[in-house]
Amino acid sequence: MVAQIIFIAITLAAIALFSYNIKKVIRNIQLGKSADRSDQPQKRFMTMLKVALGQTKMFFRPIPAFLHLIVYLGFVIINIEVLEILIDGIFGSHRIFSGVGFIYDFLIGSFEILALGVWVGCAVFLIRRNILKLKRFSGVEMTKWPRSDANYILISEILLMTAFLLMNAADAKLQVLGSQHYTNAGAFPVSQHLQNLLPNSEAALVAIERGCWWFHIIGILIFLNYLPYSKHFHILFAFPNTYFSNLEPKGEFTNMKSVTNEVKAMLDSSFTPEEAEPGRFGAKDVNDLTWVNLMNAYTCTECGRCTSVCPANITGKLLSPRKIMMDTRDRMEEVGKNIDKTGNGFDDGKSLIDNYISREEIWACTSCNACTEACPINIDPLAIITELRRYAVMEESQSPASINAMLGNIENNGAPWKYSPADRFNWAKES
Amino acid sequence: MSEQLNFEVPTMAEMIAKGEEPEILFWVGCAGSYDERAQKTTRDICKILHHVGMKYAVLGTEESCTGDPAKRAGNEFLFQMQAMTNIEVLNAYNIKKIVTGCPHCFNTIKNEYPGLGGSYEVIHHTQLIQQLIDEGKLKAEGGESFKGKKITYHDPCYLGRGNGVYEAPRKALEVLDAQLVEMKRCKSNGLCCGAGGAQMFKEPEKGNKDINIERIEEALETQPNIIAAGCPFCMTMISDGVKLKDQDKNVQVLDIAEITARANGL
Repeated sequence: MVAQIIFIAITLAAIALFSYNIKKVIRNIQLGKSADRSDQPQKRFMTMLKVALGQTKMFFRPIPAFLHLIVYLGFVIINIEVLEILIDGIFGSHRIFSGVGFIYDFLIGSFEILALGVWVGCAVFLIRRNILKLKRFSGVEMTKWPRSDANYILISEILLMTAFLLMNAADAKLQVLGSQHYTNAGAFPVSQHLQNLLPNSEAALVAIERGCWWFHIIGILIFLNYLPYSKHFHILFAFPNTYFSNLEPKGEFTNMKSVTNEVKAMLDSSFTPEEAEPGRFGAKDVNDLTWVNLMNAYTCTECGRCTSVCPANITGKLLSPRKIMMDTRDRMEEVGKNIDKTGNGFDDGKSLIDNYISREEIWACTSCNACTEACPINIDPLAIITELRRYAVMEESQSPASINAMLGNIENNGAPWKYSPADRFNWAKES
Repeated sequence: MSEQLNFEVPTMAEMIAKGEEPEILFWVGCAGSYDERAQKTTRDICKILHHVGMKYAVLGTEESCTGDPAKRAGNEFLFQMQAMTNIEVLNAYNIKKIVTGCPHCFNTIKNEYPGLGGSYEVIHHTQLIQQLIDEGKLKAEGGESFKGKKITYHDPCYLGRGNGVYEAPRKALEVLDAQLVEMKRCKSNGLCCGAGGAQMFKEPEKGNKDINIERIEEALETQPNIIAAGCPFCMTMISDGVKLKDQDKNVQVLDIAEITARANGL
């Protein structure tokens, strides 16, 4: 009875804490400007199924894709077991689903095989990151915290799977001993090999079984609450992020409505503009970006596929699309904390541009869309870079001198070079 | 195969004066109008249009920059000013269909003009060439033979990833009986030439290599006779790269329109 009360209390506390943090995350995302992504719900749903659930974009790199799929499937499916744990925990029952007979055996057996898969997958991932030191996992933005974050996640998953398997091994041994409570149920294709490692005394086995049970469920609850602080948030955000992702051709940049109003008014004095969202042109800080840009930042799992295909980054420039996303998240969290402390309207004198992302980075982009193509969950770093450029050019008139010259030429000659518009058709007349 | 055109290129103004309407408007673009190298491609596109007897016209001096480099650089004002002025001209001429000689113009007019009141059917010149080949109006005969030549095609970002056009330029090359070889990074994984996003008009940021050198090294690995391009900016970047690598005697950089014109003896 005491165990049940403790269990319920811990679970409720974990859920409450998680809800509290999620509310803050949603509040932070809502710092962004509006963006309409309510069109084509069917196509959006299919995109989500294909890209997030089906992980289709992962398969451009088959080895990590395969390992990732196993870890993902394993982790999600084994969580069905958590449902049983929750019910057992609340009602003090033991393996409540075991009544369904051979299906239960099949399920537990499959969970064990998946658990082994997750274990191996995570171990290989740890090796790739820490021993093979794959280039994709390094870079200026991959400081101590992002590297540790990745390792914490992988180690936690290994520990959780180990606890799950040890729990089953002890349980199976107790079943053989005919211990009270431990009804004969389940198939243990993996954990049976661990049985010899365990003691034979009933009390010790019960202690191990209970210990692992508690470790497993508390571990999962901690893991849940770790998500909002971690790159691992993508296991949740991949779904809304792909659903609300850009469905237009990648080459198309948004037309700014506020500008359309002004240009129309300039060309036609009788024009009366429609209501447009107030604010500055482009983005100086995170609240000038759209909620989609900000959700993108929470979704990024820092895998570095974007940066590894970025032509600027490949050739040694400062720009790294992954850093754009990580900086956006860091700045958003900072702004969120400021609001928590001092309420809305507080200005800490910092901004996304300059304090986080430098001018040198944004001007190195070729807008080639390699990053957006490479992202397995449709994150769009280019949209953020474009907004920062818009701010620099339209609000500050701060662009590289040669860009200014090019803009001046378009304005005066209708071409980015200094040629006379009268000569535009000369190509047909001479050679 | 003289460089000169032995026919007049019709302008929209002339067409309208004669009470005629073209089947398609050829949007030349700034590079195609002013850049010497790109002008060759422009003339070859005209030769192809003339050769197949398609009724076409250009805007001539009435054409102006689409605003693409301004938009990528972040100057939305200038972009929309250019766009609206161009749309006014295009709509006044009641234009329905446009072929562009540049993937940047193609992307801008096709995707970004409709929201500002300019909706047209827009194709890139490699798509037009593919259509003409499919319809049997254009072959690869009567001109230079590309048989057995090794050709590698560089995907322009705003044609490939930007708009998903990967096959048309390759189809246009397939009729040549040449040997098509792909670079390691091609199609959706293609590497940028380094010119996009208004980079064409500025010096690159500090790094350890220029992007076009990274690309040209990859292209040269395929040991091509010809590197095929579909964009005047890629053309500049790749040609510069080939020269820097001292390979301009061995490797030609040609636009798909030039290759098509040559193969047909135009």
